[in-house]
Amino acid sequence: MAYSDKVRGIYQGQLTGIREAGLLKQERFIHSPQAADIEVEFPEGSPLKKVINMCSNNYLGLSSHPDVVKAAHEGLDTRGYGMSSVRFICGTQDIHHQLEEGVTRFLGTEDTLLFPSCMDANAGVFEAVLTKDDVIISDRLVHASLVDGIRLCSAMHDTFKHSDMGHLEEKLQLHADKRLKIVVTDGVFSMDGDTAKLDEMVALCEKYDAMILVDDSHASGFIGKTGRGTHEKCGVLGKIDVITTTFGKALGGASGGCVSGRRELVEMCRQRARPYLFSNTIAPVVVSGVLKVMDILSKSTERRDKLERNAAYWRKGLTEAGFVLKDGDTPIVPVMFFNAKLSQDFSRALYDEGIYAIGFFFPVVPQGQARIRTQISAGHETHHLDAALAAFTKVGKKFDILGKTKQDIIAKFGL
Amino acid sequence: MAEELKKVVLDYVTKEYLEDDSEPITYDTPLISGGIVDSFSMVSLKRFLENRYQIQIPDDQATPEAFDSVNKIVKLVEEFVAKKK
Repeated sequence: MAYSDKVRGIYQGQLTGIREAGLLKQERFIHSPQAADIEVEFPEGSPLKKVINMCSNNYLGLSSHPDVVKAAHEGLDTRGYGMSSVRFICGTQDIHHQLEEGVTRFLGTEDTLLFPSCMDANAGVFEAVLTKDDVIISDRLVHASLVDGIRLCSAMHDTFKHSDMGHLEEKLQLHADKRLKIVVTDGVFSMDGDTAKLDEMVALCEKYDAMILVDDSHASGFIGKTGRGTHEKCGVLGKIDVITTTFGKALGGASGGCVSGRRELVEMCRQRARPYLFSNTIAPVVVSGVLKVMDILSKSTERRDKLERNAAYWRKGLTEAGFVLKDGDTPIVPVMFFNAKLSQDFSRALYDEGIYAIGFFFPVVPQGQARIRTQISAGHETHHLDAALAAFTKVGKKFDILGKTKQDIIAKFGL
Repeated sequence: MAEELKKVVLDYVTKEYLEDDSEPITYDTPLISGGIVDSFSMVSLKRFLENRYQIQIPDDQATPEAFDSVNKIVKLVEEFVAKKK
């Protein structure tokens, strides 16, 4: 038996270590569609509890939108369930091509290629377009999927301090001799909710003859006046060489991602990106749903406008209640607790009050930066936000952190 | 040269990798094994030293162990500078 007691013991020891460090991730079972109001079984075996969801990526409230669900049903009926093939053998339908064209128009790029996920898009894009003669210069807080994709690539990799344009310029000068240079950043940073300075980055890339890649997963559909993304907000539409993004968040929330950008780069991904070449693409039922999402967003900015209002209302309410927040103007609003245990205890107390919001701590965020990342949705109504504010305030009073500074909280609870 | 080199490397590491509120480092502080510098970010230090001292450090000698403290980095750079002469 290969899986001997010795082998089992090694893994059990590792899992015990994770548990004892308080780092064990446990799933909570949701028994309803994804929405502002959900029914949750937690801990496992407990009776279902109705709670308000304050931590999903369902920014536009489209995950369970009736028109999207209906379109998905129609796609299932007319295009079937699966393709049983990768794209370039017999796994491409007309609707895959339609979605690629729709995303290209929406993002204002030259071409688009679908991937099974944005994780896969990021895993595949770098090795497809760069060689050992090139350099990748990434923000130090980019998403883990970009880090993994960069690791899979033979190009040299360097980093710059988070959003530090002076440091980025130094790195562009340091690597001036490289054949190709590409600067890599998130559009909106998922843990802090801040926005990349894409206007300044584009100017530096033009000055130093570098390309730029933006992962806009936490922006596509709602950031910018018409929801095109961070490049719209920063006034650099058409100037981003590669955008990677997901359909697993605001754009219906099911799954799938893409590489969108310069025609030649996208074509190189079609020829060389391994997650595209060696994996089935997005299932027809999901493609049909995303096509409806694109249709909804192209007709009206109503949902992203509501999201913007909701996020401002939520941020103002938490600030007035006396919480320490990360600065920003996106629907990602991190409430800072600094101490890991406090973030977990606060999250649990919120759950008892009917609010579902998860605490994050090291290594997901830097040491001493524990937080509850709240995420606002266009699916939230004012009564949801008011109920959540009331619960946050009640629990905040219980832990006596309202109106306290970072230093006060650290002095009371430690780091 | 050793003293000047030590100061150059220490200053670079401090400016490049430490946050404003970080504890200061010494010449023997473990940089990579201590989690201050990740192996990705090491590349800028290597390129900086190569440019400044006009040397080439082959990748198989620019190991995390050889770059794990200011003193170790200085030793490595001195070897390559000596070879150049």
